[in-house]
Amino acid sequence: MDLFEYQARDIFEKHGVPVLAASVATTADEAEKAATTIGGKVVVKAQVKVGGRGKAGGVKLAENPQDAREKAGAILGMDIKGHTVRTVMIAAAAPIESEYYLAILLDRSNRTFLVMASVSGGMDIEEVAHTAPEKLAKIPVSAVDGISLAKAKEIVAAAQFPADVADQVADVLLKLWDVFQGEDATLVEVNPLVKTKDGKVIALDGKVTLDDNADFRQPDHEALVDQAAENPLEAAAKEKGLNYVKLEGQVGIIGNGAGLVMSTLDVVAYAGEKHGGVRPANFLDIGGGASAQIMADGLSIILGDKDVKSVFVNVFGGITACDAVANGIVQALELLGPKATKPIVVRLDGNNVVEGRAILAKAAHPLVEQADTMDGAANRAAELAAK
Amino acid sequence: MSIFINDASKVIVQGMTGSEGTKHTRRMLASGTKVVGGVTPGKGGQVVDIDGHQLPVFNTVAEAMSATGANVSVVFVPPKFAKAAVIDAIDATMPLVVVITEGIPVHDSASFYTYAQSKGTTQIIGPNCPGLISPGKSNVGIIPADITGSGPIGLVSKSGTLTYQMMYELRDIGFSTAVGIGGDPVIGTTHIDCLRAFQDDPETTAIVMIGEIGGDAEERAAAFIAEYVTKPVVGYVAGFTAPEGKTMGHAGAIVSGSSGTAQGKKDALEAAGVKVGQTPSETARLLRAIMGR
Repeated sequence: MDLFEYQARDIFEKHGVPVLAASVATTADEAEKAATTIGGKVVVKAQVKVGGRGKAGGVKLAENPQDAREKAGAILGMDIKGHTVRTVMIAAAAPIESEYYLAILLDRSNRTFLVMASVSGGMDIEEVAHTAPEKLAKIPVSAVDGISLAKAKEIVAAAQFPADVADQVADVLLKLWDVFQGEDATLVEVNPLVKTKDGKVIALDGKVTLDDNADFRQPDHEALVDQAAENPLEAAAKEKGLNYVKLEGQVGIIGNGAGLVMSTLDVVAYAGEKHGGVRPANFLDIGGGASAQIMADGLSIILGDKDVKSVFVNVFGGITACDAVANGIVQALELLGPKATKPIVVRLDGNNVVEGRAILAKAAHPLVEQADTMDGAANRAAELAAK
Repeated sequence: MSIFINDASKVIVQGMTGSEGTKHTRRMLASGTKVVGGVTPGKGGQVVDIDGHQLPVFNTVAEAMSATGANVSVVFVPPKFAKAAVIDAIDATMPLVVVITEGIPVHDSASFYTYAQSKGTTQIIGPNCPGLISPGKSNVGIIPADITGSGPIGLVSKSGTLTYQMMYELRDIGFSTAVGIGGDPVIGTTHIDCLRAFQDDPETTAIVMIGEIGGDAEERAAAFIAEYVTKPVVGYVAGFTAPEGKTMGHAGAIVSGSSGTAQGKKDALEAAGVKVGQTPSETARLLRAIMGR
C-alpha cells in the first residue's frame, strides 16, 4: 500500500524523523484554520498518490490564512493525472538552502535492501540516475544487519554530504531505518530532504510503501487505507476476502491461482482481438477454496460489474477438486437466482475433472456452458461478450 | 536424474501437526515421498500416525536431522512463525528448505534469505510456492502427483497453477523435475538457479520457463540462457493485461512504472533465442515442435 504524503509525514514524526508542523484539510475552511494554527507562510499541497503534482499546480505557497483558504479551494477537487484531490496538507513554509535525496527500499533484483542518497535532491531522482549517475550513491544494506551508526556514516560519506550536515543526515538515516523496519515498509523515500537557512535538516516530502503481508503485526496500518479511492467492487470483494482487481473489459474472470488467473486475462484479451477487441473485466483468484459460498461471492461481485457481458470460470484442480468447484458453481447459481443473468463459460481440468464436468452437465443450467480447453473457453467467452 | 531432490531425499515437515501440514504430509506420503518426521516447537516427542506411517515430531530441525537423517525440509508454518522456522532450519544446516507458506512479510524473507546466504549451507525454495516434484521419485510441497510421470522436460515457474497447467499440457512426455519458485518479491531459488541445474542434469533435454510480471528475474534469466544454456528453452509470461501499480494476486506480481512488464520479459527472452508462447497451450506446442513430439 502506498501512503499519502501526510501519512508518511505522520509516520516520520512518530519515529523521530525531523518534519515541519503540518495538518490536513478537506475543505477551504479547514485549510484556513490549519494555516492560522501553524502561523506565518504555509504551503498548500495536494494529497495524491502520483508524481508531478507540483507541475500540475497542486502545490502553492500561501502568504496568510486567507490566502491558504483560497489556494486550498482551488486545489481541492483538482484532477491530477486521473487522481481527484480530496485532501490538502497545510505545512509550515521553510527557507530552503539545499535539497537532498534519501531513500531506503527493497532491491528485488539483489534480494536485499538498498539506500539511495544524493546531494542533488528536489527533482525527479530517476532523471538524476539517468543524466548524472555519479551523483546518486547506491549502498546495499543487509536485511540482517540493517543500518547502524557506522553504516549511516558510510552512506553519508559515499553520497558526499557536506560536513556541516553529515551528522544530522546520519541521524535521519537511522530514524528512516527505524521507519522502514518498524513499519514493514518496502520503500521509504524523502525527496527533498532539505537544509534550511538556519542549518537544520528536515524531511520536506515523503513517500512510503507498506508491505500488506505484514498487516498481521501492524494493526495501525488498516486505518491508513484510502477508502474513498477504492473501487466499490474492489472494496466489496475485499470485504468478502476475495483477491479481486477491477479492469476495464467485458469478460468477467474467475480462476484459481494468481498465475493461472493472470494468464486467463491474457488469453481472453488475445482471443478478444478476433471479437471486436473484447477485454477481461477483472482479476479474481479464488485460491484453493472453491466452496459454493466463495463461488457465489465471486460470481455476485463479477455480475455486479455492469460492464460484464460474459463470465469465464477457469479452474485447474490441483488440490482443489473439480467436483467441488462444479458443485460450487451450481449452488452459487441457486443462491444468486434471478441475479445471475450473464452466460458463464466453464473450463475445468485436473483433480476429479470427470466428476466435475458430469455435475455441470447434469445440472444443465441454461447460463452455463462447458469448454474443453482454456484457449477454446476464452474464445467462447469473448464471442459471447461481443454479442 | 532430477534436480534438487531425488528418490533418496528424506523429508521433514515443519508445521506437520497443523491442518495444512497434516493434509499435505498425507499427500506427499501417498505419492511415495520419504517423509521421515515433523518439527513443531513444543510438541517434540509425540508420534503422529498419518495413514499408517508413524512419524516422530521434534522440537527443532537439528534434532529431527540427527534422528532421521533428513536432508530436505518443507515449511507449512503460518506467516507469523515462518521466519523462526526457516532460521531454525538454516541453523541446523539443512541442505534444502522449501517454504510453501504464502503471506510472509518481505522483511522476514529478505532476512532469512540473507542469513542463509551468509551461512552458505542452505538452499531455500520459495516462499509462496507450490514446491517441487520429480515424478515417481519425490514430491516436496503441494504439486499434485497424478498429473504426469517422469520424463525429459524440466520446468521452472513462479506460479503454482500454471505449473500444473503446463504439466497437464505435456503429460504424455513427462518431467524430470518441475520447480515452483514462488511469486514473492524475494525468493530463495531463482529461474537462473533452476536453468543452471537443468542444463547440468543429463536426464533433462528441454526446459519450460514460466514467468510473470514484476521484478527483473526473467530478464536476468534471458541473459543467463544466452550465455550458459544450450538445451532448448521455451517460455511463457503471464500478466500482459495487468495494469500498472496493481498487485495481481502474488505479492511480487506488480508492474511498477515501466519496469516489470510482461512485454519487456517476453522481448528479453526472445532476444535470447527463447520461443515464447502467447498462451500456455501454444507454449506447449512450441516445445513439442522442438522436441519432435
